[in-house]
Amino acid sequence: MSALSDLASGEALPARTVTITRADLVRYAAASGDQNPIHWNERVALEVGLPGVIAHGMFTMALAARYVTDLAEDPTAVVSFSTRFTRPVVVPDDDTGATVEFGGKAGDTADDGSRTVTVTATHEGKGVLGKAVATVRPA
Amino acid sequence: MPLDESFVGRSWPAETYEVSLEKIREFAVAVGADDPVHHDRDAARSAGHPDVVAPTTFPVVFTWPATRRVVDDPALGLDFTRVIHRDQGFEVRRPVHAGDVVSSVVSVDEIRELAGNDVITFRCDVTDADGETVATTRATLVGRAEPDGGDA
Repeated sequence: MSALSDLASGEALPARTVTITRADLVRYAAASGDQNPIHWNERVALEVGLPGVIAHGMFTMALAARYVTDLAEDPTAVVSFSTRFTRPVVVPDDDTGATVEFGGKAGDTADDGSRTVTVTATHEGKGVLGKAVATVRPA
Repeated sequence: MPLDESFVGRSWPAETYEVSLEKIREFAVAVGADDPVHHDRDAARSAGHPDVVAPTTFPVVFTWPATRRVVDDPALGLDFTRVIHRDQGFEVRRPVHAGDVVSSVVSVDEIRELAGNDVITFRCDVTDADGETVATTRATLVGRAEPDGGDA
């Protein structure tokens, strides 16, 4: 994946596809402490009106943050990151899982060298993160 | 059910959390963050960090439980079974690392109603043992209206 530093303002970020399985959700639930059953229990998810077990929005956000830090080639590069969770990622009970495609656009560089990055995340052709903007500190 | 607007502007006592190397590793594995600075103390120190550093969204490990304490206060009037997480933001002053003892102070920034749904924004100010700012996080939750218009 090419580095953010190689991209001009407005240039598209190299895409990345990530697969999310039920096992990933169980692992994230334990690691994050968010044990809400809608992220691992189909019965409960359906009861509350969801189409099925859904990924934690925060899990998708964590994957998006890693996408940005990988582009910045610095695991601690992100100094701000905010997003809206616009649609759930439904994760089927199989070994294939759900796929989320990350992309976006490199933004402007500020006077202090920090840079904005707009991230898109799509699942089955629809955006799951809205207004996802990260600021990356200078290398 | 409308939320108790007197919660706006309130802050709750700090909750402390001691960050461990193993928790950072566990979180990093869970989100696929395989850079050695999240896993290996020597690699982290070689990169200029005091100890292994946490991935960007790791603060949720301590900010969410601190926030949840307010979410679950019956006086607020938020039914957690109807809550969805709408927005999340992080402003990071410095990376969290193993050995940090962080304090999280939760405040309610805003409460409003949107098409019958309750919308509430929590802020969490995270400081280290020296009182220096580590991060500020914001979470906006929506309490969906009862399908039968139960708040009428």
